Amino acid sequence: MRRYILTRLLQAVVSMIALSLIVFFLARLTGDPRDVLLGDDYSQEQWDKLGELWSLDEPIYVQYAIFLRNATTGNFGESIFWKEPAVEMLLRRIPATVQLTVTAMSISVVIAIPMGVLSAIKRDTWLDYVGKSIAMLGQSVPPFWLGIILIWIFAVTWGLLPTSGRDGPLHYVLPSVTLGWFVVAGIMRITRSAMLDVLDSEYIKLARVKGVPENVVIWNHALRNAAIPVVTFLGLILGNFLTGFVVVETIFSWPGVGLLAIRGIQSNDFAIVQTVVMFGGLLFITINFLVDILYGYLDPRIRYE
Amino acid sequence: MNKDGIIRQFVALRGPSWIYKQGEKTLAERNVTTRLVRRRRFRWSWREFRRLPLLSGLILLLVVISAVFARLLAPEAPTYGSLADSFIPPAWSERGSSAHLLGTDSLGRDVYSRIIYGARVSLIVSIFAIFIAGSIGTVLGLASGYFGGRLDGLIMRLVDIALALPTILMALVLVAVLQPGIVTVIIVIGCLSWANYARQIRGEVLTVKERDFVVLARSIGSSPARIMTRHILPNVFNTIIVLATLQVGSVILLEATLSFLGLGVPPPEPSWGQMVAEGRAFIVVAWWMALFPGLAIMLTVLSMNLMGDWLRDRLDPRLRQL
Repeated sequence: MRRYILTRLLQAVVSMIALSLIVFFLARLTGDPRDVLLGDDYSQEQWDKLGELWSLDEPIYVQYAIFLRNATTGNFGESIFWKEPAVEMLLRRIPATVQLTVTAMSISVVIAIPMGVLSAIKRDTWLDYVGKSIAMLGQSVPPFWLGIILIWIFAVTWGLLPTSGRDGPLHYVLPSVTLGWFVVAGIMRITRSAMLDVLDSEYIKLARVKGVPENVVIWNHALRNAAIPVVTFLGLILGNFLTGFVVVETIFSWPGVGLLAIRGIQSNDFAIVQTVVMFGGLLFITINFLVDILYGYLDPRIRYE
Repeated sequence: MNKDGIIRQFVALRGPSWIYKQGEKTLAERNVTTRLVRRRRFRWSWREFRRLPLLSGLILLLVVISAVFARLLAPEAPTYGSLADSFIPPAWSERGSSAHLLGTDSLGRDVYSRIIYGARVSLIVSIFAIFIAGSIGTVLGLASGYFGGRLDGLIMRLVDIALALPTILMALVLVAVLQPGIVTVIIVIGCLSWANYARQIRGEVLTVKERDFVVLARSIGSSPARIMTRHILPNVFNTIIVLATLQVGSVILLEATLSFLGLGVPPPEPSWGQMVAEGRAFIVVAWWMALFPGLAIMLTVLSMNLMGDWLRDRLDPRLRQL
């Protein structure tokens, strides 16, 4: 197990270094990084200050070392547009994104798990087909369009829900549904096949033979065992939420990290973009690492491959 | 259910590209020894043809025809519009006009014409991006599988890294640095999605290179380049085709997402994602601006996915287990 963790850890570190190299060199390949970092509107003072911060007179590998040193202390430069350290802006926006994630996850789980279980019990009936169709659609409907259509139906036409912002519980509904849409399809399918696997096992048969009521067998005995893959799948999905944030926060003007990234791009604010990308990448790689470890722990066969 | 099962489910949803992010070995890789049995050749027959998803095929045909003959099919130029004609609703609604089947946008441009022209962007981006991704991936996969050893290790580590990077974030950085435009979108998508091909093809090559005809070719002194292109490549071609088909849907979605975020094809050139983005601002007064381009994306992606599934089952059923 220790060797397995070490290999995975090494892989994660190498990925992180690769990410930093890409971010570092992209800004420098295209000429003076200050052209990208400062955009079109800057003063001589800012120009010199940045040159000093990034030590642009030094050779490139020294620059990279300095970039790494700054990165480890969370210093990615100052936003040109907002005149604030980019990291502070990012940290301020994390709570909004986390809240949205938690809500979206909870809604998806509450909807998807019962649907997956029903789909498994009523295999090959219309219920099952409805489930399959939802999964197929989940793969094809662009989330950004879904969000807009939901706004049109529920906010504009019926006036039931707010279109944007983050002022009360109602504001969470549409963004969470949009973000959770794809997740619902995923969890449903996982739950369905995990349940089918479990329902086929000996201890379920035993429970039935013992005369345990069918409800208890399904929702207590079977679901509890089917939960392992579902829970780990949720971990995998978190990493894929990164795309969702950018899109959903843009549509609903949700003041989170994704919106910050887009604003950074639109105002040519490379400090913001590189901060978000480095943090997002770190998060993504860390989650993948943790999920791998979790799997190795749950299923020892994986370790020895 | 073990990790494979979960990943299989996830892949079924997410497209095949997703799996490799988890550092899994391909099925072909695992079955190196057991899978030397000759695969049954695919033949066109009425039975196979009957299972073809006809509706999906028709929709895709329509998209391709729209893209190619946009100039003939579209009633108006995609960038032409007068403000006097702005916000005309679709033809079947009360204030609609028969001249504008799906209505007009904020600048008076015909939505129907713009959707037809928008098919071009989707088509061009998917063809070229997948060509780039497929070429890089195939070359690296062939080399990695055939030569093995250190080169193999190096390429596989590169694949691991490429798959560990979050696509949309990488796209953000690339677009921030490069000039926005259709070429940038193609390069970004192409360079971000080659790794699946490399990994899958490497696995295939590992089995093919042990086959008799390759061993024979080597023993009569054929050069590695010749063996790879003349003997191995034709045998992994089905896999490449299936992977490429299955990828089209996600490339179209990615392009639309980038365009929606303003990182894709810049206006006034119409692309579906960008049209949805424009429609977003006017959803209160003109719902048709966002609804129809989005439907176009959805139908195209859905058809493409169904088509990809069908092709996979016919050409390379083993990929199904991924």
